[in-house]
Amino acid sequence: MVTEVKLCGVALKNPVVPASGTFGFGLEMAGVYDLNLLGGISLKGSTREARFGNECPRIAETPDGMINSVGLQNPGVDALVNDKIPALRKIYSGAVIANISGFSIEEYVACCEKAAPHCDIVELNVSCPNVHGGGMAFGTDASSAARVTRAAKQACGSTPLFVKLSPNVTDIVSIAKAVEDAGADGLTLINTILGMRIDIRRRTPVVAARYGGFSGRAVFPVALRMVNQVAKACSLPLMGCGGVSSARDVIEMMMAGATAVQVGAENLRNPLVCKQIVEELPALMQSLGIKDLNEIIGIV
Amino acid sequence: MMKQGIYTVVANELIADRTMRMDLRGEDAPAERAGQFVDIALECRFLRRPLAATCWNGGDFSVIYKIVGEGTEQMARMEAGATLDILTHLGNGFDQTLCKKKALVVCGGLGASPVFTLVKDLVAIGKRVTVVMGFNTEREIFLEDDFRALGAEVYVATMDGSKGFKGLVTGLLETLERDFDVFYTCGPKVMMKAVCDMLEGPGQVSLEERMGCGCGICYGCTCHTTKGARRICADGPVFNREEVIW
Repeated sequence: MVTEVKLCGVALKNPVVPASGTFGFGLEMAGVYDLNLLGGISLKGSTREARFGNECPRIAETPDGMINSVGLQNPGVDALVNDKIPALRKIYSGAVIANISGFSIEEYVACCEKAAPHCDIVELNVSCPNVHGGGMAFGTDASSAARVTRAAKQACGSTPLFVKLSPNVTDIVSIAKAVEDAGADGLTLINTILGMRIDIRRRTPVVAARYGGFSGRAVFPVALRMVNQVAKACSLPLMGCGGVSSARDVIEMMMAGATAVQVGAENLRNPLVCKQIVEELPALMQSLGIKDLNEIIGIV
Repeated sequence: MMKQGIYTVVANELIADRTMRMDLRGEDAPAERAGQFVDIALECRFLRRPLAATCWNGGDFSVIYKIVGEGTEQMARMEAGATLDILTHLGNGFDQTLCKKKALVVCGGLGASPVFTLVKDLVAIGKRVTVVMGFNTEREIFLEDDFRALGAEVYVATMDGSKGFKGLVTGLLETLERDFDVFYTCGPKVMMKAVCDMLEGPGQVSLEERMGCGCGICYGCTCHTTKGARRICADGPVFNREEVIW
């Protein structure tokens, strides 16, 4: 039974990848289970300088999901390449995906130049809904998304560049096509959906930043639909992301068009979920008559 | 290091106004040190509920919680025999070695729960402990007799004066001899800040925040400290008093 998939030549022993922001830098989970059973790990989003992020509260619960407004807290790209990735490589031999964010094209370029030589794939986050003037501002307009992609692609050299798309747009396909035309090697979709909860006793937003990114099981049908729409319109490999919580969801995402599948918020509820999905995949494949996962990519 | 286990509800009782104690039984102890917490998965709730582990003896332990929302209302309806998926051994607990002879423990409201095992452990190794407890009103008081039964000297303050000292714990502290060599505090942030502003010497505070994962991977509960951004769940919840930027 074949579970190995390839993203732009990068082999993943299986399609399961913890999503950026829901798995720290991998190291935090090293004592909980053997990370080597994962196909890849998308690391916490990094910016040029260290960032505290937004004030707390940063977390709100929703039916079947959650809202976060962490706001790209990270120790900066230098710490990523000098400390975090080397430490992870010591205990983990799978694909390392560096998630990069920024507030200007220059910042994206500077981060990509530093991160690309140390990782297997760069994932360009142009879709973080939790910061002002950066992140999502680049990903919700086709020409901005194309500009940052073009610049980042050059900065990444031979390291494949995936662009992580925002669902907070009228037409995700037009953004995906613009990014494809600008030279992206692949796409990750979707980032979180902008959402809100209100504390009705205090009469205030639950998260201090007012709005935050909505994720978790509840968003799975939206993510699946967008992956399918983009898969029909683009020829790039896709990492499907959004509400994935089971091996069944992984199969669905792949049938919709994803080559690899990221698991995000579910890691917060169940830190062992990626391990469980990897372990459940072969039996599910067998019951569905799937011999090679590559057979089902985009068949629906 | 974090562990996951299935625990059975042994009892679930009201012990004070809207305050419940749930006794649980499983295979492993829920913590190594007082001040660590567990994270409880509830059916149909996306996020777990982080609560201090208290009074453990092997795989038997308790959590004390206030009914404040839908999740805790759901917990309050659970009966003996129900099972729960619980992450254990989360966070770093209190440092008992800071106590040479005598400790002061100041807690407010539900903050009495995380310090209960701390007081138990300190008394067990021969330390003298004074516990100062603050509540809004007498109906909310819990664990007072239990602290006394451990051998601690216990003082209570209520905001409305329905029991003990009338006013804030800091007002009560003014009236007491402060001959302790370390203090530990857990409760509302404004209370812990006032306690730190008032008291000198070594001390530890146990912080709280809305959490995502409870195990350090989501960065949802970060606070400002003199050592930079720290995750309350994984780097705390207990911090040395001088580290906390209020």
